[in-house]
Amino acid sequence: MSGGIEIPVRVTQVTPVAHRIKRFRFERLDGGPMPYFSGGAHIIVSMNDNGHVRRNAYSLMSPPYDCSAYEISVLHVEDSRGGSSFMHEKVREGDEMRVSHPVNLFQPDWRGRKHLLIAGGIGITPFIAMMEQFSREGAHFELHYAVRTRDRGAYCEDLVARYGPHRVKIYCDAEDNRIPVARLLDSQPLGTHLYVCGPAGMIDGVLKAGLEAGWPEQNLHSERFLSSQPGKPFSIELTRSGKTIHVGHHESMLEAIEAAGIDVPFLCRGGACGQCETMVTVCDGKLLHNDVYLSDEEKASGRKVMLCVSRFEGNALHLDL
Amino acid sequence: MLVEGIKSRPVYKGLSIQPRSRRHIFALEGEGAHALLERKAELDDAALSRSEILYVARGSQAKGYDEALRELGAQMFFAGPTIATLLFRLKGTLATAHMGTRLYIAGTEGFIGQAMMVALDHGMDHASIVTEHRGSLARRVQCVHCKGITEDVTHSPFPCSHCGLPLLVRDHYSRRLGAFQGVNIDAEEPGSAPDPEELFL
Ligand SMILES: Cc1cc2nc3c(=O)[nH]c(=O)nc-3n(C[C@H](O)[C@H](O)[C@H](O)COP(=O)(O)OP(=O)(O)OC[C@H]3O[C@@H](n4cnc5c(N)ncnc54)[C@H](O)[C@@H]3O)c2cc1C
Ligand code: FES
Repeated sequence: MSGGIEIPVRVTQVTPVAHRIKRFRFERLDGGPMPYFSGGAHIIVSMNDNGHVRRNAYSLMSPPYDCSAYEISVLHVEDSRGGSSFMHEKVREGDEMRVSHPVNLFQPDWRGRKHLLIAGGIGITPFIAMMEQFSREGAHFELHYAVRTRDRGAYCEDLVARYGPHRVKIYCDAEDNRIPVARLLDSQPLGTHLYVCGPAGMIDGVLKAGLEAGWPEQNLHSERFLSSQPGKPFSIELTRSGKTIHVGHHESMLEAIEAAGIDVPFLCRGGACGQCETMVTVCDGKLLHNDVYLSDEEKASGRKVMLCVSRFEGNALHLDL
Repeated sequence: MLVEGIKSRPVYKGLSIQPRSRRHIFALEGEGAHALLERKAELDDAALSRSEILYVARGSQAKGYDEALRELGAQMFFAGPTIATLLFRLKGTLATAHMGTRLYIAGTEGFIGQAMMVALDHGMDHASIVTEHRGSLARRVQCVHCKGITEDVTHSPFPCSHCGLPLLVRDHYSRRLGAFQGVNIDAEEPGSAPDPEELFL
């Protein structure tokens, strides 16, 4: 497969951590060390559900310098099409799985004087590894973590205990406690970088508030846990391989093309890395661009599409594959 | 003689005022004063009340713009006798600054490079700093052999002011040093350096 060489692993621990959130620990089958990674990195977990392969991205949350294992935390999303349900319902301690090498699309800017982390819900995961690294390097950081209710908030107490209440602040929707974003933005020393990960609305709001507070875009970073959204089924012609592919309601183009035995490069499967960019040769209809990689001009041009998250509605779509 | 097409050559996009900034700091050298004076129309009272202007006239070509700049009516105005004093003042300002502060630098490349180094030192991202090149094209050049820096280089090749080697001025720019790189041009055959050309006046 084209996400790089996969590492065969064993699930050595499954731990419930909060409402609908479980942590999974993966160790290499051959007992060797896992590759080092950097805080903010994710892996692609391949799930073999009775021959049907699903691949989802999950942020690594174990300490980056600990190569004895990788750990991820998975939220069981409501009406999951499969991936997170599979992890929650089917995966057991002792199972064998495959994971990709780590990829980091959410790298902290190490030149920063201070790192301001803003997490919402399961968006906490990349920050757990980042904070390990910040604290080891003596970097100045602060986490502001919003959860809907206490029982849904993963790792709240652990993080406060580990880094202290001066560095970790928890905000709980149910207690009517919100992150004071505007006030935070106004009081940061020069050289601060902001990182936000959480629900789309939160990310959009924080980035917009940042620009409004006069922050340069270079200091604002985000990671979206995008996944392919369901939509109307459609067909695509692959001009180079001469195949016609049907993309089902719940499938992404990438998944349908892979299922037809064609290898396409990918790294994030979440519309962020740019690996799956594909040239459009014919488009009679409308491309539904769901990625955050292509520029607005590129999206409008209709010449390129990201296979992992985007869809199509119309008569004919031909791709240069 | 110049080696062109080197990517590290900085690009100065012009002093566009960032309307959402909470604080504007203008570091201006010599003709760089014009970059701001020409944008007077964009500077309303609200922007001026959040502005600090630091200015240094430029050496022998000095034409003082002190009065014109002072009359803009920024919250703070400082005219320094030398680049070093201006940079010292800039350090003080940035040391206590908050996010939402924008730095604007205008003047010769040597000045922009030095002010930029102060900014990077305070954790600012170089791409977020607004710059405009005004005045002489003279370069600040580091000799890659003895590491000495020569200011206001207008010719290439030129003799290093520290070790004397004839140096070819390249477009290769070091952000860390705020200087272009000068490389010995007649290493194989000392004395064979071509005649200097006036390239950066
Ligand atoms: C870089 C990156 C890092 C990530 N890190 C993490 C992490 O650390 N932890 C984590 O839990 N997740 C993470 N994710 C998200 C993760 O990859 C999956 O997207 C998530 O687990 C959901 O997968 P799923 O297969 O269960 O959901 P899917 O079944 O693919 O569903 C995706 C979404 O589609 C909607 N949907 C599905 N079916 C229907 C339907 N029939 N009708 C209406 N809507 C529907 C749902 O709202 C769902 O949220 C990350 C994603 C990226 C890109
Ligand atoms: S795989 Fe990363 S953008 Fe599609």
